[in-house]
Amino acid sequence: MEYFIQQLINGISVGSIYALIALGYTMVYGIIKLINFAHGDVFMVGSFIGLYSARYLANAGFPPVVVLILSLVISMTISALLGITVERLAYKPLRKSTRIAALITAIGVSFLLEYTGVLILGPQAQGFPDIMDKKQYTLFGSSIQVESNQVMILLTTIILMIILQYIVRYTKTGKAMRAVSFDVEAARLMGINVDRTISATFAIGSALAAAAGVIFGMTYNSVDPLMGVMPGLKAFVAAVLGGIGSIPGALVGGLLLGTVETEISSLGFSSWRDGVAFAVLILILIFKPSGLFGKNVREKV
Amino acid sequence: MTQSAKTVLLDVKEASRSFGGLKALSEVSLHIDTGELIGLIGPNGAGKTTLFNLLTGVYPPSTGSIILNNESIGGMKPYKINHKGAARTFQNIRLFTSMTVLENVKIAFHQHARHSLFTSMLRLPKHFKGEDEITQKAMDILKIFDLDEQSEEVASNLSYGNQRRLEIARALAAGPKLLLLDEPAAGMNPNETRDLMNLIAWIRKEFDLTILLIEHDMSLVMGVCDRIYVLDRGMLIANGTPTEIRSNPKVIEAYLGQEA
Repeated sequence: MEYFIQQLINGISVGSIYALIALGYTMVYGIIKLINFAHGDVFMVGSFIGLYSARYLANAGFPPVVVLILSLVISMTISALLGITVERLAYKPLRKSTRIAALITAIGVSFLLEYTGVLILGPQAQGFPDIMDKKQYTLFGSSIQVESNQVMILLTTIILMIILQYIVRYTKTGKAMRAVSFDVEAARLMGINVDRTISATFAIGSALAAAAGVIFGMTYNSVDPLMGVMPGLKAFVAAVLGGIGSIPGALVGGLLLGTVETEISSLGFSSWRDGVAFAVLILILIFKPSGLFGKNVREKV
Repeated sequence: MTQSAKTVLLDVKEASRSFGGLKALSEVSLHIDTGELIGLIGPNGAGKTTLFNLLTGVYPPSTGSIILNNESIGGMKPYKINHKGAARTFQNIRLFTSMTVLENVKIAFHQHARHSLFTSMLRLPKHFKGEDEITQKAMDILKIFDLDEQSEEVASNLSYGNQRRLEIARALAAGPKLLLLDEPAAGMNPNETRDLMNLIAWIRKEFDLTILLIEHDMSLVMGVCDRIYVLDRGMLIANGTPTEIRSNPKVIEAYLGQEA
């Protein structure tokens, strides 16, 4: 039992990372019906920006908490700008063309980011600086252990979720996002600047992926230009699992996938881990294509 | 009519729109003075909604010009035209049905609000002031349409007639000078229709509106409109007061078909 709970805790921290990335997939899909396959690479870029800012800030002698927060903020800001730029240059010109054209472009952008990364940073993995001392806490006198990093991941994720929820529910931009995802044409005619709303969506999604990149780096200590591929795909699975287009769905899908994966590895099938994630995708697509929280899509005639 | 000089609010000059080989509108010219309530009628497929789409920027006119309040809006983006003062409703209701009644109206207000994502995020006083003001204004408008008690209801739960009314309320929230109503009474029963027409006449006075109204129910259009334009197969075939239109042979022909 304790072993199971231990793995559950580990699973939640992996799942939080998936959830943060999945949010970007789901928000972008919700608003322009595009699976942005370059999203995993925005996560990678965010991780690298976090790495360089953390290195710089730590050398400059800031206390660890400040280094963490500033690295997150810097990485999220720059990645948000990257997201906006990608949308403007690559997807916006294709807004009126077929969805498959935009999808293929997304794959192209993904390769572009990956191999620009390889070109500039080199293909080898780099060590992420230890921002905080790693501590182990023991829970309730049992043998269950929680690492300080896992606490940090959960805290960061929860805070970002609350901010996101606030933006989507209560701000002008958030309401515009919901209106646009509901009916672009009507939103436009109600005075909503659709282009700006789409940019905001990309910015927010990319910022969340960047945050995931930074905490990923801190947890696994190793970042490389191709690191975004697998987490990107897994987060996509998580988004579909939760119901693509649904924000709570992305969160639940991410956490669920993370725990399933960790439990599978803990049972001794660690080489099956990725396979299980994609098996989940296949099962969902067969039995409940709209996902756990997804609405049944009615095609407009 | 009045002693003050009439000003032209909307001036459409020879506007055409084709889709591929199909000419949906050909060289339509019309003008609407400030404060008028104008009816736009015509058989199905005459191009009424196409004209609305040109006026609100859904697509640009193929040729010709559209001038709103001395400013050319032909080909301008829809949200900008909305900001310039033209708001509309839809023939098939297009509310944001998963949002509440209040949110539907607030969203239109928001686009004209001064507070930004930044001030809201930091929860600056400006945000609260702006937000309270918007909620208040939205509730005021809902009250006019007798929807204030259902403000927290999800829009899709409203009755059909109330959804139609909410669409008008949402359009009004943009603070338009020109209100374009695309079959506002479609599907309503005669009682609801009569109430709606009274309401339209009332908001026209209350908000100093100029209204262009598409409607199928002839008796209704005849009752409330100052002037009527008649479209048939993309062309304007008549223009005049309800009495003139009623006796216009071309209109009768368009509606009843040519007599053998």
